[in-house]
Amino acid sequence: MAVFEHKVKVLRNEEVAPNTFLMELESPSIAFAAKPGQFVMLRVSGGIDPLLRRPFSICNTMNGNILLLYRMVGRGTRIMAETTVGTELWVLGPLGKGFEPPEAREDCLLVGGGMGIAPLVFLARSLEGRSVSFMAGYGTVAEIISPEQLGMQGIEIAVATEDGSAGYHGLVSGLLEKALGKKGKKIVYSCGPAPMLKRVASLCFEKQVDCQVSLETAMACGLGACRGCAFPAAAGSGRSFYHVCQDGPVFSAITIDWENV
Amino acid sequence: MNHQEPDLQVSLGALKLKNPVVTASGTFGYGHEYAELVDPNLLGGIVVKGLSLKPRPGNSPPRIVETPAGMLNAIGLENIGVEAFLEEKLPWLKTLDTAVIVNIYGHTTEEYGAVATQLKGAEGVAALEINVSCPNVKKGGMAFGTDPAASAEVTEAVLKKTDKPVIVKLTPNVTDICAVARAVEQAGAHGLSLINTLTGMAIDIETRRPRLGNISGGLSGPAIRPVALYMVYRVVRAVKIPVMGVGGIMDARDALEFLIAGAGAVQVGTASFVNPRASLDIIEGIRQYCIEHDIERIENLIGTLCERP
Repeated sequence: MAVFEHKVKVLRNEEVAPNTFLMELESPSIAFAAKPGQFVMLRVSGGIDPLLRRPFSICNTMNGNILLLYRMVGRGTRIMAETTVGTELWVLGPLGKGFEPPEAREDCLLVGGGMGIAPLVFLARSLEGRSVSFMAGYGTVAEIISPEQLGMQGIEIAVATEDGSAGYHGLVSGLLEKALGKKGKKIVYSCGPAPMLKRVASLCFEKQVDCQVSLETAMACGLGACRGCAFPAAAGSGRSFYHVCQDGPVFSAITIDWENV
Repeated sequence: MNHQEPDLQVSLGALKLKNPVVTASGTFGYGHEYAELVDPNLLGGIVVKGLSLKPRPGNSPPRIVETPAGMLNAIGLENIGVEAFLEEKLPWLKTLDTAVIVNIYGHTTEEYGAVATQLKGAEGVAALEINVSCPNVKKGGMAFGTDPAASAEVTEAVLKKTDKPVIVKLTPNVTDICAVARAVEQAGAHGLSLINTLTGMAIDIETRRPRLGNISGGLSGPAIRPVALYMVYRVVRAVKIPVMGVGGIMDARDALEFLIAGAGAVQVGTASFVNPRASLDIIEGIRQYCIEHDIERIENLIGTLCERP
């Protein structure tokens, strides 16, 4: 698998919802090599503080560009949000293992929470022609990001909001629960905060439905060298930890020790 | 101006390096992790991830956290064990045209010796680096490195079991690093590398929990560089064996400071996370510096610090 590390131009960096931004980077080599579920390590500035690169799922690729969806939560993402179009940033990728494609005739249920929709957007595009139900959970209506903003055409997203201000009132796992009750062989793809993934994994386990989750941790290298991004492995997997950058970021949900997440 | 190609080779006792830039243990895996981005044949050397007698799973996460101009890590010496290293990693490493230095670790003095025994005669291993300075394990590591006598004992135990040059990696978490340096020199060490990480911690003020699963971790990155530089400066004046300078080196200018202070070579660690090609950029920067300053051999620069500011 080819990995590229180069300085690329920021073509777009806009606020798509309060504190939520979409950055478009000109990187044909990464865009063409990337598979849904893979990530990049972005150096948000040329300086030494903040020091480490940040991992971001590839949200979509278009015309040789990659899209990154991020929420401004700390120093690194604040610097990103303030980055002007035309700036050049170092980016490393595509990294990690992506989603496994579904088997024939499986209905694909995509379940994202907050920024967790990012890798699922790229996945949805690769599932064109398949039966896809895309569900996204947000806190409130203002946080909702339209599929068109992320370069998605022809896919509807069923929304859940915790305050009931739009769509289903409650957690996105509630939407999933309903969908899992319907007939047909299914596969679930999910990404979002750990408590949500835990719930999704347990629902899928109960219903005996295959579930792949994309995990997030702090990372230093993104290449499997630093061993920093450890995640507890389920009993019987023959190991104590996985490394999100190398073994993931996408895992079969049953291989994770959710009790210790 | 003379544009003759500078000679970047350095000799640290019996250990010959094609240039003075080596990747530091724990930051470059077993080398192959970076192979797509960094041609390892261009490096002075690679210090592989610290090996123990048996594989170690490492500490519970979170294992890393960023701090101002640095990072804390508490990996807990996760490694595949010396046996798997010999079977799975060394066959590739020995095909490289670079010095492969194997970092070793033990819970007990005997275990250090046992790891060295396994590596005895291993073709393709240029030297051993003894880790008596890891702050993230309960037994061994820094427990030895903070005590001059225990450090000397480990050094002797390894020397008895090996045919390779032995470098001892020192911890900065001591009152007087020179005392430990002198003790391991007397024990017969062929060289030293310093510094390992400085012990530290970070707290999440919302949850009021430590940010690392291990509570404390080792601080690395540019934040520690001046501390590392001063310790190198002091140690090269306290011992006669060669010293490798380590600690927050990000670019060629940083590396040159250590060489001028007297380090015979440098190790590049955290910088590889920030810029995978940092080690190669540093080699090129040192080369350029030599050309610009008419330095024919890099060894002519080492230890040339003018003591007066």
